[in-house]
Amino acid sequence: MADLLILAAAAMAGIAFLLALVRFLRGPTAVDRVIAFDVLTIVALTGIVLVALEEGRAVYLDVALVYALLSFLGVIVVARYLEDRAK
Amino acid sequence: MSILTGMSVVLAAGMIVAALVAISPQRSIAISIIASGAVSLFASVMFLLLAAPDVAMTEAAIGSGLTTFLFFFVLGRVRGGGDD
Amino acid sequence: MSGLLEILGAAVLFAGTVFLALGALGLIRMPDSFNRIQAGTKATTLGTLLVLLGAGLLAPTFAFKLVLIGVFLLFTNPLSSQVLARAAARIHAPKVLGGAVDRFDEDHPDAKGGRA
Repeated sequence: MADLLILAAAAMAGIAFLLALVRFLRGPTAVDRVIAFDVLTIVALTGIVLVALEEGRAVYLDVALVYALLSFLGVIVVARYLEDRAK
Repeated sequence: MSILTGMSVVLAAGMIVAALVAISPQRSIAISIIASGAVSLFASVMFLLLAAPDVAMTEAAIGSGLTTFLFFFVLGRVRGGGDD
Repeated sequence: MSGLLEILGAAVLFAGTVFLALGALGLIRMPDSFNRIQAGTKATTLGTLLVLLGAGLLAPTFAFKLVLIGVFLLFTNPLSSQVLARAAARIHAPKVLGGAVDRFDEDHPDAKGGRA
C-alpha cells in the first residue's frame, strides 16, 4: 500500500515536471520562463527527496539543501537583471 | 519500471528541452543563460541518481550557481547587444 | 503500528505531489504572468512542505535535515515570488485586466518610461 502510494507520488511529480517543462518551452515572456524554472527546480527537489527515501541515504538531502539555495539565488539574479534593464 | 528509471527518463527529456531552449536563435540572451542553468541543475539530479552526491553538489554549485551569476553580472555590464 | 505511520506518510507525500501537479497545471492554464506566479509559487510551496512532512513520517531519522530544508523553503520561496512579481511589474508585463487601476506606477514614478 505504502509502496504503491510512493510510486503514484513519483508519477505525479513526473507529471508536474512535464507540465512545467511545457511552460518553460512555450512561455511568451522571460518572466514566464523564470517562474517555470522555479517550479522545475522545486519539483526536482521533490525528486531528490524521493531518491533519498528510495536509497535510504541521508547524504542526498544535503544536495536538496544546496539546490533550494541555488534556485532562490538564480531567480533573484534574473529578477534583478530584468529590473535593471527596464530602467 | 522502477522509480529511479522513470525519473531518469523524465530528467533526460527535461535536459533536452532546456538545451533546445538554450540554443534556439530567436530568443534573448537572458533566456539562454537561464536555460543552460536549468540543464546544469537537471544534470546534477542525474548525477545524484548515479549515486554520486558530491559530484551532484559541485555541479549544482558551479554549473548552475556560479556560471549563471557570472553571466548575468557580465551581461548587466555590457552595453548594447540587442537582446529581446 | 509502524505500518500505519508508513501509510500515513505515503499518503501525505502523495497529497504533496498532487499539489505540485496542480500548481504546474495552473502554470499552463493561467492567462498572464502574474497569475502564473501565484499558481506556480503558492501551490508548489504547500506541495513541497507536504512532501517533506511525508518523508519525515516515512523515515524519522531524516527529520532534522528535512525540517532544515522546509524552514529554508518557507523563507526563500515567497521572497523569490515577490521579487519576480516586482520585476514583472517594472518591465510592464502584459496583463489580462489591462484597464484595471495600477497603484504601483503611481507609487513608483521612477519605474515609468520602461518598455511600456
